[in-house]
Amino acid sequence: MQIHGKAVCLGEDIDTDMIIAGRYLRTKDRSLWATHAFEDLDPALAGRLEGSVIVAGKNFGCGSSREQAPVALKEAGVLAVIAPTFARIFFRNSINVGLPVIESGCECVEGEDIMVDLDGGEVQTGGRSYPIRPLSPRMREILHAGGLVAYWSDKR
Amino acid sequence: MSTLSERILLGTAGEFVDREVDRAYAHDGTGVLTLEAWHEMGTHTVAHPERVYLLFDHIAPANSSTTAGLQAELRTFARSMGLHFCDVGGGICHQVMGEGSALPGEIIVGADSHTCTLGAFGAFATGVGATDMAAIWVSGKSWFRVPETIAIQLDGHLQNPAEAKDLALTYVGRLGMDGATYRSIEFVGDGVAGLSMDSRQTVSNLAVETGAKTGLFYADEVTKRYLSESGRKTAIQHPEECRYEKEMGIDLDDIVPVVAVPPRVDSVRPAGDLLGLPLDQVFIGTCTNGRYDDLERLAEILKGKKVRVRTVVAPASRDVLLRAAGTGVIADIVQAGCVLLPPGCGPCLGAHMGVIGEGEICLSTANRNFRNRMGVGGEIYLSSVATAATSALAGELAVREG
Ligand code: SF4
Repeated sequence: MQIHGKAVCLGEDIDTDMIIAGRYLRTKDRSLWATHAFEDLDPALAGRLEGSVIVAGKNFGCGSSREQAPVALKEAGVLAVIAPTFARIFFRNSINVGLPVIESGCECVEGEDIMVDLDGGEVQTGGRSYPIRPLSPRMREILHAGGLVAYWSDKR
Repeated sequence: MSTLSERILLGTAGEFVDREVDRAYAHDGTGVLTLEAWHEMGTHTVAHPERVYLLFDHIAPANSSTTAGLQAELRTFARSMGLHFCDVGGGICHQVMGEGSALPGEIIVGADSHTCTLGAFGAFATGVGATDMAAIWVSGKSWFRVPETIAIQLDGHLQNPAEAKDLALTYVGRLGMDGATYRSIEFVGDGVAGLSMDSRQTVSNLAVETGAKTGLFYADEVTKRYLSESGRKTAIQHPEECRYEKEMGIDLDDIVPVVAVPPRVDSVRPAGDLLGLPLDQVFIGTCTNGRYDDLERLAEILKGKKVRVRTVVAPASRDVLLRAAGTGVIADIVQAGCVLLPPGCGPCLGAHMGVIGEGEICLSTANRNFRNRMGVGGEIYLSSVATAATSALAGELAVREG
């Protein structure tokens, strides 16, 4: 699986309230989450997410268990998220909804082309390549199926 | 020799295991997406309805017709599938599950990050998202990576006015917001025996603020006694010699009242450094500090006096409310000028009731002070009940005299 996108750089410890605020959770309208993604961090950010690869600092997605957070990013057109570490519930949720999350300490230059080679285990950007921490076999299977719902349907 | 997580999950740290889940719960917030994912999975059955719980606490009672509609759908589902169902007014999911349901040695999964609260009972209790929960509804099972464990060795006794919340914020401050990511925390040592079940739940509750999967206490005489009040008989868990990834010691005698300064739970400072901070609201409640012990301490401080800032109080459950009503604790709180909310999460998530305005400061006994959580442009400082109560009387941040 190869992913090509434009880098969007974010800081450390971005919590799920920042990704999608609690006030937008009471709906099933996924497009609403996409429009309001990162609203409290930078209201203009949602407009730049289509075709992006987010490169964040450590502990991305900490806080609540809300699955709307990875769904919002996926709906907004984020192709993958790269960070040195993730909060575990967010990490698991992302795989479950089919959003690739990649543990790697890669440099970020805003708007730079970025290529993630999940099977080859590396990220390339700015003329450099960075190793990525492999996913467990189960997580890889779920991600390849497109998420846990599809994984379950395939199994049966 | 194993850690408690390894014993319960029957594996060694780093191993991936598939396990039956003893209890699985979701609330009105996470239940919506869970139900959607469950529909998409297409089986139309719940593997073990007797192990599945749905509890309404986040926006309870509903605040709008949209919320009411979503809740109605979940309510119908819970009834038709024969799940355990706790409607509005029952209380916060973690609290209700801790009132005689959660038992030592169980694997408990909740669709909420603060499921780690139930680690206080010696259960492996951890939070997941909606799709993972839907898979548990369908199969009764989930996969786990057996975590490495960090031991927090507690010695001594908490000294008035410090309380369990100050201990909790102190360890979060020391470990940092990602200090225990993917790990579990075990609270061990001679200091544990002096902590009530209410206190232990407060301590376990904040484990996720360090990134931990769960925060465990070994079931002891205190646990046994607490559970026997709900008619549950349980065995005691004895710690074994085992390999911890990291150990940290805390002398409870050294704990002082502290405050977490927004917007991070780990930016913890002595409350004494912030004396006189102006406050617009004080909030006492949540799955961290809305239990009976908490309300009793609040009433003890407020009794016969008047609060000087709007003070909102939400009991964590109907049982807590009933007990506090019976002992006169509620009367003392209301007479002091506090606003009493129905059992539930209340203002904690900023969805309705007690939302704060632009530029306002709230001193809260909750577990998160993230930006905008209780209202756009508002700031949240986190403290113990004693600090919150004393500050409510002062109208500004104040610390209880020892
Ligand atoms: S009280 Fe607050 S932290 Fe606890 S479950 Fe409710 S919203 Fe979450």
